[in-house]
Amino acid sequence: MNDKYETHEHDVLIIGAGGAGLRAAIEALAQGARVAVVSKSLLGKAHTVMAEGGIAAAMANVDKADNWKTHFKDTMRGGKLLNNWRMAQLHAQEAPERVRELEQWGALFDRTSDGDILQRAFGGHSFKRLCHVGDRTGLEMIRTLQDRGVHMGFDVFMECTIIRLLKDGNRIAGAFGYWREQGRFVVLKAKAVVIATGGIGKAYRVTSNSWEYTGDGMALAYEAGATLQDMEFVQFHPTGMVWPPGVQGLLVTEAVRGEGGILRNKLGERFMEKYDPKRMELSTRDVVARSIYIEVREGRGSEHGGAFLDISHKPAEYVKTKLPSMYHQFKELADVDITKGPMEVGPTCHYVMGGVRVEAETAESTISGLFAAGEAAAGLHGANRLGGNSLSDLLVFGRRAGLAAAAHAKKVPAVNIDYAQINEAERDMLAPFENSDGENPYTLHRDLQEVMGTLVGIFRTEDDLVKALSELEKLKRRATRLRVEGSRLFNPGWHLARDLKSLLMVSEAVARSALARKESRGAHSRLDYPNLDEQQWGRQNNLISRDGDSMKLQQVPIKEIPEELKQLLAEDK
Amino acid sequence: MADEAVLEVFRGNQEGGSPQQYRVPIAPGMVVLDALHYIQAHQAPDLAVRWNCKAAKCGSCSAEVNGRPRLTCKTRMDALPLDKPITVSPMKTFPVIKDLVTDVSWNYKVNKRIKPFTPKPGVQWKMYQEDVDRIQEFRKCIECFLCQNVCHVLRDHDKKEEFCGPRFFVRVAGLEMHPLDNVSRVQALKEEFGVGLCNITKCCTEVCPEDIHITDNAIIPLKERVVDEYYDPLLRLVRKIKGAK
Repeated sequence: MNDKYETHEHDVLIIGAGGAGLRAAIEALAQGARVAVVSKSLLGKAHTVMAEGGIAAAMANVDKADNWKTHFKDTMRGGKLLNNWRMAQLHAQEAPERVRELEQWGALFDRTSDGDILQRAFGGHSFKRLCHVGDRTGLEMIRTLQDRGVHMGFDVFMECTIIRLLKDGNRIAGAFGYWREQGRFVVLKAKAVVIATGGIGKAYRVTSNSWEYTGDGMALAYEAGATLQDMEFVQFHPTGMVWPPGVQGLLVTEAVRGEGGILRNKLGERFMEKYDPKRMELSTRDVVARSIYIEVREGRGSEHGGAFLDISHKPAEYVKTKLPSMYHQFKELADVDITKGPMEVGPTCHYVMGGVRVEAETAESTISGLFAAGEAAAGLHGANRLGGNSLSDLLVFGRRAGLAAAAHAKKVPAVNIDYAQINEAERDMLAPFENSDGENPYTLHRDLQEVMGTLVGIFRTEDDLVKALSELEKLKRRATRLRVEGSRLFNPGWHLARDLKSLLMVSEAVARSALARKESRGAHSRLDYPNLDEQQWGRQNNLISRDGDSMKLQQVPIKEIPEELKQLLAEDK
Repeated sequence: MADEAVLEVFRGNQEGGSPQQYRVPIAPGMVVLDALHYIQAHQAPDLAVRWNCKAAKCGSCSAEVNGRPRLTCKTRMDALPLDKPITVSPMKTFPVIKDLVTDVSWNYKVNKRIKPFTPKPGVQWKMYQEDVDRIQEFRKCIECFLCQNVCHVLRDHDKKEEFCGPRFFVRVAGLEMHPLDNVSRVQALKEEFGVGLCNITKCCTEVCPEDIHITDNAIIPLKERVVDEYYDPLLRLVRKIKGAK
């Protein structure tokens, strides 16, 4: 023991309190583990609350022909077959049970006339599959999980930020963090750790993501020696708000299109007819985002550089019932009444398909005792995620991570804390207070977003990516000289200085992976390599890992799909 | 439109503090949270503000703008008079941690005391839209705690020990009216959560950014349940007779 630090000990430590983290916590508790959940924000505020459209699960409440096989096929095709097939299979098979469970814990979904959970259409899904509550499904989900977990009895560390994973030899031993309120450090000793920290959207200026989305979990795992995968695949959601400037990037749910919304350019053309005449507005997100981008680039965009999305042909009451938060969002923030006229929308950085490389069954990373689930993990979505598959991902793999983490904690002996690791992390964390002539972290953050947005955006080229990497090197150097003003008490500037370390790491991983993948697949579009390359790149994943102080990139073959699933994928293309 | 606004933002901690002025350039459609972010990036990087979604979905950025409890992400600058400073202060009902950030942990403790959803054993999971409509209204709550902040029982009388506040009446109402829930929270409403202390001034309803009819749809029906259970004269008589036997 070392009484310099506040120390807590648990079997399972969960970093992140969104859908995946809370579902993992509930499962680990059910297994009898002592569980701690660490959250960068207050409980119930995680990015999951912003999920709007629904949870994809082949329950066949509306379209009776739906089943897990179709959901599996849709997910694999949406991901351009780069998905971890086993994850896609487990996900499709288990999602309905996970949704039913939520209902049994008190969630109230919209209903069919038969009294079942109502399901709506969404991009890339062959059937009406998304279980939803108007356009606030994520809120319903997080509140349900939060209340369930609180009453089961996990310990919550709110407004606590993890800055380092601790290791005991090759296995995980817990984490080291700090309380935002007082700026005090805290040691969280645990035999198993679940990373459920979400994505990396704050590497981009135009993003639907909240301030928390700085790639922390991926960077922590990477620092600890874990492998990341598929980092080149960053999803730009086709419909973010574009005006006014303060709300640029804010999500406009795909449910608008699911409920019949139509996209037009400034000439009034329904341009999706050109890009995907079969699926139109309900094509996959990568296709719709690129289509809007091209329309704007070729001069057919709206006044503020977007496309028009119109749902006003539906009865006003229907729009207000099915899309209430969209109605309010546009009315209050953009002075637009969406029951009367179109919204202006454009692509916004929304999600990263890449993340910590994990085993499908257990969600375990390449480090013993370190698990990852939800957006922080890679594999399920391949090269492009379908809408609605994220909430189901959180439930299915959150549960699996919690289960496996609890089992791991039961079987391994006690772990030891190495205070040398803690001292190093503490020194790094406090360094910006010493740099009286250093740089403002907000300026560096803005410059990073500029590099990522212009050079590693929707369309990529070798020249841009090479330039991005050299710019990132400069930013990394600047990051060693950040300056923090004020005290350690709830200090956002200090916090950002730490977030930037994660952001720079994941940004480099995205740029390196994107440069390596010389093809266009799903969300990764190379202007210099516009086609799919099935022979080489269709068969391998990019992996990122740490090699001393530098980043190592390598390729591994994708997991071979078993014959019966191959046949399934070959059916009715 | 003016091209600059002056914000008077509370700076301080639990030991005290004072408002400080910042000048902020105005952009179209700007909200108060944008202005606070501008101040952080350019003038006061240690200005403490809670926020997450910036889309009125998470309920983190509550504060008092010109004395009115608001979500700062939803409060448009062009809806405020710009000829004088815009004041931004932390929620008064909760202790200040730093600047605009308050200690809202009391709310989480209250929530833990509410009996969770408990379905009837062996229940058929069928529910109809007309049965869930009124509860879905309560489930819209984003826990911004503005209703707690404005409720005079908490704000002026600080009865946090005996009163759970509008937010948690909304939560209890959502559980009590759930068609498949099987436990009663009526005794707790009367004895622990102090529903009787609410005198229906509807301040909570007025500030709710989700437009939940807190008083009419949640609190009054809950008060009725307490009255039915404890003060119904007929039932009382029946109990008396039964008790006399």
